[in-house]
Amino acid sequence: MVMGLINANPVVHEKKERRTRETPGNTDENAVEPIDQLEIFDHIRDIKDPEHPYSLEELKVVTEDSVEISDELSHVRVTFTPTVEHCSMATIIGLCLRVKLMRSLPPRYKVDIRLAPGSHATEAAVNKQLNDKERVAAALENSNLLDIVDECLAPTLG
Amino acid sequence: MDGSGGAVELRETHRLTGHADRAWALAWNPNPGSGVSPVLASCGGDKTVRIWKRAPDGAWQCTDVLEDTHNRTVRSCAWSPDGKLLATASFDATTAIWEYSGGEFECVATLEGHENEVKCASWSPSGSLLATCSRDKAVWIWEMQPGNEYECVAVLQGHTQDVKMVQWHPILDVLVSVSYDNTIRVWADDGDDEWHCVQTLTESDNCGHSSTVWSISFNQKGDRMVTCSDDRTLKIWDTSIDLSQPNTGEGHESWRHVSTLTGYHGRTIFSAHWSSEDVIASGAGDDAICLFVEEKSSMVDGPSYRLVLKKEKAHDMDINSVRWCPQDPRVLASASDDGTVKLWELQGNILD
Repeated sequence: MVMGLINANPVVHEKKERRTRETPGNTDENAVEPIDQLEIFDHIRDIKDPEHPYSLEELKVVTEDSVEISDELSHVRVTFTPTVEHCSMATIIGLCLRVKLMRSLPPRYKVDIRLAPGSHATEAAVNKQLNDKERVAAALENSNLLDIVDECLAPTLG
Repeated sequence: MDGSGGAVELRETHRLTGHADRAWALAWNPNPGSGVSPVLASCGGDKTVRIWKRAPDGAWQCTDVLEDTHNRTVRSCAWSPDGKLLATASFDATTAIWEYSGGEFECVATLEGHENEVKCASWSPSGSLLATCSRDKAVWIWEMQPGNEYECVAVLQGHTQDVKMVQWHPILDVLVSVSYDNTIRVWADDGDDEWHCVQTLTESDNCGHSSTVWSISFNQKGDRMVTCSDDRTLKIWDTSIDLSQPNTGEGHESWRHVSTLTGYHGRTIFSAHWSSEDVIASGAGDDAICLFVEEKSSMVDGPSYRLVLKKEKAHDMDINSVRWCPQDPRVLASASDDGTVKLWELQGNILD
């Protein structure tokens, strides 16, 4: 089945240069190093858009400011902005973000994924679905869906 | 230590490990047989069901693993009232019925019909009916026939989204279902084998929930019910009106909201369970367990409920199920995304 692209000509932005982390003066290997905004952004910036050969960063679906984190409360919230407000890929993008963070963060983290307010026609419905862990678990047992997610996550590995 | 006085405490007594993925649900066998110690079933994302029993030395061990029947997550399980059958609901769209015979569990029936994930199964008080619910928005009622045959006697349509859980009233043939559509629906037979929705409890009309309703539990008498939700509240309902006899009496007598317990959990409340000693336990996405009892002294303003204790960090991850042991109402089991099942003992005088 041939389908038209949801957004045939997305605006592509330049990637931000990766900042190198400052080496902490303290070299105690056992010191707990808190997870910060940039570290979370590094996990998700290279996720490939489901319908374009560009990353979520290049399409400005996520920026560093999309990430809110409280390491103390073990809570992360990612707010993403689809390129068009009827984007039917929003759920897939959200699922990719959730799976990537599930696989990257220590299990104690609580992750909330949401659409930027006003960025999508069915914002509330997509947000509800992305944060219902039973639906997410069921979706990830669907091998077709999991293949799509894994393909989008492939550039983020390594 | 006689356990009847002093500060109230929920003490972890056992940690049951074995599930290779999140543990979704728990069921204590209501009737394990006379002289037999309690029996617990747990199920989860590893597609298995595990049966746990207490050995003579007091340690808990996994005696049976029910596997190779469901090929996706086993979302929940339920023992029949006589304790002889176990129903398991799976994301693979089927419900399996297991019987313990000849020293092992055997799958004696597979109920097919739902279009996709089955989330819950519940036996009616007599054990003759089994209700199941699914992401396909439907609730099915099955009647047990001789020879391990199950006939679908009703398909209940009404919810507009996934149905998360079904639970029969403890005495009457009245069924309750809760949903991703934020509502609670009550179903009864009109006496002519036709099942109808006899009441819908919503946010706007009944002071109901404002997001997904995850779980329901009745008290032993069946005149109260607790529900819990993604809106981070628990709600207590007066269910003393007999809705199995519709169209009797004047006006619209129905179940009604009694109390909302809010501010106790910081994330989605996935499970609530009412003990035979009237202690309500809740388990949530904030990794905590809370216990509540009715405040008997404040009947002036109607019944209210107070927090007895909050056990922070009861598990390392979300708590999906809390269940009081029917044979020992001071023993609570909990199941978590961290893959473990824990047993807890409630100590101290909760009525202080």
